[in-house]
Amino acid sequence: MAERITGAEALIRALEHENVELIFGYPGGCILPAYDPLMESSIRHILVRHEQGAGHMAEGYAHVSGKPGVAMVTSGPAATNLVTPLMDAYMDSIPMVAITGQVPVAAIGSDAFQECDTVGITRSCTKHNELVMTADDIPMAIRQAFHIATTGRPGPTLVDLPKDCLQNEMTWHWPTDEDVLASLPGYRPNVKGHPRMIKEAARLILTSERPIIYAGGGILKARAADALRELAELIDSYVVTTLMARGAFPDSHPLCLGMPGMHGNATAVTSMQKSDLLIALGSRFDDRITGKVDAFAPDAKIIHVDIDPAEQGKVRRPDVPIVGDAKYVIEEIIKEIKTLLESGTVQADTSAWKSRVSGWREQFPMTYEQSAPGEALKPQFVIEELSKLAPEHTIVASGVGQHQMYASQFFEFNEPYTWLNSGGLGTMGFSIPAAIGAKAARPDTTVWAVDGDGCFQMTAQELVTATIDELPIKVALLNNSHLGMVKQWQEMFYDERYSETSLHEKVPDFVKWAESMGCVGILVESPEEVAPAIEKANSINDRSVVIEFRTDAAEKVFPMVPAGQSNEALILHPTQEDTSGALK
Amino acid sequence: MSVDQHESQPLNHHILSVLVQNRPGVLARVAGLFARRGYNIFSLAVAPAETEGRSRITIVVDLQSAPLEQITKQLFKLIDVIKISELDPRRSVERELLICTVKADEDRRGRVIELINIFEGKILAVAELVVTVSLEGHPDKLDDFEDLLDGYGIVELQRTGRVALPKLERGARVRAVNKFQTPSSTSTKTGKAG
Repeated sequence: MAERITGAEALIRALEHENVELIFGYPGGCILPAYDPLMESSIRHILVRHEQGAGHMAEGYAHVSGKPGVAMVTSGPAATNLVTPLMDAYMDSIPMVAITGQVPVAAIGSDAFQECDTVGITRSCTKHNELVMTADDIPMAIRQAFHIATTGRPGPTLVDLPKDCLQNEMTWHWPTDEDVLASLPGYRPNVKGHPRMIKEAARLILTSERPIIYAGGGILKARAADALRELAELIDSYVVTTLMARGAFPDSHPLCLGMPGMHGNATAVTSMQKSDLLIALGSRFDDRITGKVDAFAPDAKIIHVDIDPAEQGKVRRPDVPIVGDAKYVIEEIIKEIKTLLESGTVQADTSAWKSRVSGWREQFPMTYEQSAPGEALKPQFVIEELSKLAPEHTIVASGVGQHQMYASQFFEFNEPYTWLNSGGLGTMGFSIPAAIGAKAARPDTTVWAVDGDGCFQMTAQELVTATIDELPIKVALLNNSHLGMVKQWQEMFYDERYSETSLHEKVPDFVKWAESMGCVGILVESPEEVAPAIEKANSINDRSVVIEFRTDAAEKVFPMVPAGQSNEALILHPTQEDTSGALK
Repeated sequence: MSVDQHESQPLNHHILSVLVQNRPGVLARVAGLFARRGYNIFSLAVAPAETEGRSRITIVVDLQSAPLEQITKQLFKLIDVIKISELDPRRSVERELLICTVKADEDRRGRVIELINIFEGKILAVAELVVTVSLEGHPDKLDDFEDLLDGYGIVELQRTGRVALPKLERGARVRAVNKFQTPSSTSTKTGKAG
């Protein structure tokens, strides 16, 4: 007998069928019907303090767990508040499903209370979105949203649900996989790379004398960290891990060169630049990596593995384009290489290249100058201590700015899915909600948010959510009372004219603010206090902890490739500048 | 040279025939993608295709704004896009419709009608000082017609934007008719976007 239930019940049941365990959300007028059956559901709901927080939590949850994050909010302003995390997830290819309420079908287009054109607004910041027009369509819309968000190049999807669709009755049905595929005739992601291209890649790799593996965020999306390691060890090639791929290859591994790009270390940047073969795996030749495109890695042939065909040739024309899932393709390339080696092909001699690169690595380590007694803390020192004292499997989420770069540069990442940040969109305020989402996915793991004082003031209210919903995180707040990265650019490129980059040294009182949200607040001003404060924070597991580190506002992120310039124009740390000739 | 023989194309233009699922907002998705990525549309025509629930959008793109390959690949990422055929102007048939109200007072009406007849256009309406004319044909033929009409004074003009299909090869023409099949096109071999 066909079961008649409301659209709202169908929505919640559909989410349960999709194995959703957690929803980050905020109720309101048009989505209200969905919140009623939620009370009987097995799904846990985390009540956020701002819809943007719901979106970033869903992202953090998704990145760490590998499952799609779900955010559910009402219409109008709630939907527009979700735009930033949707765009963030789109840029960083994070699987996320957003459910938004909408005014009743009959009221659409009438400028009704809390009406906005959600699908219109979010069209360019979702992989796909859909406005549902009848309750009967809800199960299929949800199935499609999860299918599209999690397959191919992952990304955010959105289902917009008019209130009457949630209230009306429908006959429950659950579409089969075949139904979903038949409903999406234009969507068939290509997982398996072209066999001929895979063979060509293997051949090219064995002829290269100066190979570099350029590992991007796609390694993590494809769960390909093990395959990457096997490939690197098989061909004995150095690996650079982009900002989105930190942890995809262990920093402690002798073949790891760390982060390339605008603030990458000198060895990673230069080795890409001088390479004769870039093996790009799930990376997209972002402008922060290439610098001036025409001058990027001029001698390098390119093998480009990406599941999104549009990434092939978007920035740099590959010699060997392979459209497919990174894990599948890497494993196939490994097989081909082994076959070639077994049949007598000899890999080109890379020893000269290897010693050249290791020479750079010895000569140009990441560096900074320790603060003199009585001076403000060096942010790099704080990150180094945080890294040294981190319990096993610690997850780090960062905001955007100098602290993000310090965290990526000075924290040692040895496991995949332990680093979250807003790489593509550069969303300030990402860290705290993303850390909470990560904590929800890994309740037994220590989660640190590395934040700046600018970022903290954008989304700190979610620490209330962390307290109430018992998702305790730790925040390392690097407070230099400035918008540090913007200030750095003003110093270097705007004649030290500091326009609107000074926040305030006394206001807000971060410790009191933290305490008012139910967190432990700690102020740290001198180097000897750093380790004890971190140890104390690591030992507190029943509450969130905010440590405010007063850091040096004059400190700048190095190395740096000025925007739009060639990677050859890398500016080293001032203490290394006079030796930069060794990189040529 | 007859007006029907034009094979030239506007410089840096290319035709994409895009088969889509006919769902609400699909045109907005396509148009929005062009706007967002900074691609220029020269003309665009859309109507239901041969299969129910499908529409065909014929887009003439300006290749000065981006390489065709990127435009095609980005378009293919839209979930509602099923198939994209890049139509080489030399191997496709193109048609467009123009309607125009042109000045034609008593003195010049004869010459206007003569012009319309040369181009095999149709007179849709006649008033004291103007006539409204329609012409269907290759877009280049329409360009020529428009230029000549302009000499008499165009009051209002509307063109549909071009539609196009692959030209049938001599052999394929027979096969297609025999088997009642759709001819093969120069569709892209690109894998579906993720």
